[in-house]
Order: sequence, then structure tokens, then C-alpha cells
Amino acid sequence: MQQPGRAAEIKAIGIGKSFGSFRALDNLSLDIGRGEFLTLLGPSGSGKTTFLMILAGFVQPTEGKLFSDGVDITDRPAEQRAAGMVFQGYALFPHMSVEANIAFPLKVRKKSAADIKRRVGEMIERVGLKGHEKKLPAQLSGGQQQRVALARALVFEPGVLLLDEPFSALDKGLRGQMQAEMKRLHQETGTTFVFVTHDQSEALALSSRVAIFNHGKLLQVGAPDEVYDRPDNRFVAEFLGEINMLPLKGVKPAGNGSTGLCEDRAVSMGCKAELVRGDAILAIRPEYMSISGEAADGENGIAATATNSTYLGAATRLDLTTLQGAKVTVSVPNEVAAAALSKGNSVWLTWPAEKGFLLPYGGQ
Amino acid sequence: MRFYLSDRMGAALLMAPLLLFLVLAYAWPFLGVVKWSFTLPTPGLGQYEALLTDDLVQSVFIRTLRIAAVVTVVSVAAAYAITVVWVRGTPAQRLIAEFCILVPFWISVLTRAFGWVALLSNRGLINTWLQAIGFISEPLALVRNEFGVIVGMTHFLIPFAVFPLASAMRSLDDRVLLAARGLGSSRMRTFWTVFVPMTRSGIIGAAMIVFVFSLGFFVTPAILGGGRSVMIAELIYLRIFQSPDWGLGAAISVVLVLFVGALMALLFRYVRPKQLI
Repeated sequence: MQQPGRAAEIKAIGIGKSFGSFRALDNLSLDIGRGEFLTLLGPSGSGKTTFLMILAGFVQPTEGKLFSDGVDITDRPAEQRAAGMVFQGYALFPHMSVEANIAFPLKVRKKSAADIKRRVGEMIERVGLKGHEKKLPAQLSGGQQQRVALARALVFEPGVLLLDEPFSALDKGLRGQMQAEMKRLHQETGTTFVFVTHDQSEALALSSRVAIFNHGKLLQVGAPDEVYDRPDNRFVAEFLGEINMLPLKGVKPAGNGSTGLCEDRAVSMGCKAELVRGDAILAIRPEYMSISGEAADGENGIAATATNSTYLGAATRLDLTTLQGAKVTVSVPNEVAAAALSKGNSVWLTWPAEKGFLLPYGGQ
Repeated sequence: MRFYLSDRMGAALLMAPLLLFLVLAYAWPFLGVVKWSFTLPTPGLGQYEALLTDDLVQSVFIRTLRIAAVVTVVSVAAAYAITVVWVRGTPAQRLIAEFCILVPFWISVLTRAFGWVALLSNRGLINTWLQAIGFISEPLALVRNEFGVIVGMTHFLIPFAVFPLASAMRSLDDRVLLAARGLGSSRMRTFWTVFVPMTRSGIIGAAMIVFVFSLGFFVTPAILGGGRSVMIAELIYLRIFQSPDWGLGAAISVVLVLFVGALMALLFRYVRPKQLI
């Protein structure tokens, strides 16, 4: 994290952290690639912020090692790691102007006055704060304060930028705008970004990879579509978005995929039944399911009754109950929903084989 | 039927007894003092003219300002160090600091002044010890001079400087300090460039309180100054009770009250009263 102007590569091996008897982080190993945009996602208390603080050097891990570009930095104090950091609530220096806030990390590094002036000027331009140089943080809007925080964290060209829920205080419109801005800054600087959030849509939209945390454990790491479409476990499946779960019996491998019985009908899955045999859960995202009059031969489908609908504008959310009582939600075109409801009783729920995935029965 | 009071009304009612007491016990009698300053011994501005020409009065005013300034700087600096420990130290450190801050409140100002005399006088503890170990041959003049007054007053006023400082330090967002360190700033640098400037309102408040208190100090300078470093309050006392010159004593009082009032007005332009507690 020391070499300026160069993205850092971080390796965490067996990191653990206890606060008294509370286990905040347990045996975490993770590689963060050069120039990657990694999101740490999880509910509050899941350990994601603790891990970020360990990366920054504000929290000392109880066990494990941390490497930056192959150098052991586990015991290096925060001021010597010099990762750029954007805090929740920004943590700007309230007694310094916008300019002085951004110049702070350069002054600490004893850069020449001319160099500081040039780089601060460039940074102010880049984050669109021209004309606000002399203002104090309290005179700025939330979005502008956010930009100052980003500029201050990036101006010294750190190897890694750490962001702790930076958008939680912004309203929805501004949030989208700042997300786009951050993506642009990531591309322009090429720096490694590690971003903490509890908002799954933010995580999926921004990152090159998502790491999902719960109860101090790292559950899964992967590209957004990977973790969304192929979650390793029930928690990840549910945390990343709405999901339908149907009980399966007699699951066994078949060719490149697997087969099983769903409500007494044979269904096939695109994924292998390596870890799951016999009873299992078939999980399918609502948007991958559709409704039709009758299941064609060889297509996955079960009978269900529509019970309720919610108009969402672009689509309608339809709640259904299967013959054996499982609750299912699908997102379908508005006219399909109207037709399904008017029929009153039975419709067919269908889905492509490769969009369903298997989770262990009953387990997490 | 229930009777509701607005917050403002409620606050006003709760403060009314104190306000009434202050008017009856201070403001009303003080008007009498103001009257004396213009009427004794003869009506006119004679006493205020004397204030401007009397060398003794002027030298006492200057000495008072000088002592108050030194006491303010030393007290606020010492209080700052104690408060940092009190607010940001480990639980054990906090307990010790709290003890040091609160204990002086339980001992009367008179007792403390005589305590300092016992420590600082020619045959006091400090001089006897220093002579015993051969560090000095003649006793140091530690009391019955400005030095003694400053020591005694500083000791008395440090706890009063602690509270506004603690209030400023408690309201400071820890993440700002983390941010400074994360951006590469050492602990020292973070303290001087971030922590101290961010507690500026507390420093101003503490300095004003100590300075204003110092201006009106009576007991401590009277005892530790030994009549040689007379401050304003003692001078007023002497003019009223010893060399009966009530008019001049009253005029000095009026000037002192106006000066303190102006300082307080200045203080409240920078600091909200709430920040002083």
C-alpha cells in the first residue's frame, strides 16, 4: 500500500478478531487483486467493517497475517500503511477548508508547496468541486462532502482505497450519481477499491467481486453474477435478493446436471449434484420463473394458484401457492399477471433448467 | 383539563427564583455602588478622573491583568493535559484524573491558600528541603510575591477550565482522528493539527472563565501576595474598609464589572453557553 500510483495486491490469511468473548471475525482468508473493486457485503455485525478496519490498520487482528504486495503489514500502524479511506459520515476536518482537507495527506508527506497546489487543483477538478475550494465542510451539501472525502483519500495515490458505507447518508438519487462517479474514479485511478456496504444492489452494481459476510465468517466470494446465480448457501441466496425455494426429493446426477422430483414431477437442473444428494432445496430467482397455460414436455414446471398481485409499473409481482403449499413469488409482465389472476385456479410455473440451483435441505 | 407549558415558558419559570435572587442581592445593591461612584465625596466624575491619574490604581490594574493572563495560560494548558487523560485515557487513568479534578472542590479556598503558604514560605517545606539537600543556600522567594499568587490561583482555577475543555473533547468525532492517521499523520501531528484546533471552542471558553475569575480574585492574592502584590479586588476592599474612600472604591468596582461584562459578551459571541458545562 506504500508505492504511490500503483494499485496494491492484498492477501489476508486466517484473519481472526475477538472483542472479549465476541468473535467478530473468524479465520478469514481472502485475496484482493491489483486494481480490483471488491465489495464486502453483509448485515450489520457480520464482520465486514471489522475486516475493513483491519485492512486500514485501525484494528489489530487477534490471529492471522496480512500482506500487501507480498510484504507482511500485519503489525504496521495505520499511518504507515496509508490506505486511502472514506468513512461513514465522511470524517472531514471541520476546521479546514475543502482545499486544506484535500491537501492534508500531501502536507503530511512533506510534498513541495507547488506540487501540493497542482495535485489538489487536479483532484478538485476531477471530483467537480471547482469554486468550492475555500468553503468549510459545514457549508457543503452531503454529496459535496462525499466528493471531498473521496478526493482527500485519493489525492496521495494510495495503493488501495477503503470505503466504509460511504453512501448511507445520501438520498436515493444522489446515491446513484455518486455510485456512477465512484465507478469512474475506479477506472481512472486504477487503484484497488475495497468497499463495505449492507446494500446488495449497490454491491452487485459496483463491484468486480463481492465477498459476503455473516456472523464473522466469509461465506462466499465471486463476481456479482456468480454469487447471484450460483450462491453456495441459503444465506447468500437470500441476502442477494428475493428467491423461491421448493423442496426436492431424490436428487441425483444426470449428465452434466442433475435431476430430482419437485412436487411429484421430474425436474432437471443445470448444476451438478456434487454436494447435495437425496432431499434438497431447489432455489430460483423470481425473475427467471414464468407462467404458462401448461407445461410442455421436458420443461420444468409445477402447478400453482395465484393468490395476490402487486403492480410495480414495469412488471407485476405475483404471489402463488403450489399444490403442496409452497409459497412462490414471480415477476411477470403485467398482462400475464392479469390473465393468471382471472383464471382463478391453476397455472403452470416454469423455469429454465440452468437457472435453478441446489441448496442442502434444511441447512443454512 | 391539563395545563401545558411550552419549553420556553417552563425554562423561564424554573429560572425565575434565581433571577429574582440575583436582582435583589446583586443588581439592586450594585446600583447603589454605581451611585456612590458618581456622588462620593462630591457629585461629579471626579472619581473616574482619579482612576485615570492615580498611579497606584493603574499599577494595580496592570498587575491584575498580567497575573490573570499568566494564570489563564498556565491553567488552560495544565487543564488541557488533565482533560485529555480524563476524556480519552484508560479507565484507570480516567479515575485518577477525575479524582484530581474533583478533590480541590471539597477544600475551601482559604485552606488551600494557607496550604500553599506552608509549602512555599521561607521556612516552608520546599525551601527547607531544597536547603537540606544543599541545592540552595538562601531560601527562594516563592510567596508574598506574584509567583505565589500565580501558583495559588492556577491551582484553584484548573478544575474550572477542565469542564469546557471536556465538553469540547467529548463532542469530537473519533472518526476524524482515525481519518487523519489513516491519511498518514502521526499521533503527534494529529494531536496538533486536528485535535487541538477542533477543541478551539473549549479552549476559548476555558480561557475566558479562568481570566474572568482571575480578575476578581480576593482571598488567594491577599494571603499569598502578602500585601505586596495587591490585585483589584483587594484594592477595592482597602478603599472601602481601610482608607475610607468609598467613591474611588465604587468607581473601581464599576470599571471592573463593565470590563468583565464586555469580556463575557465577547465570549458568548464565540461559544454557546452550553459548551461551557
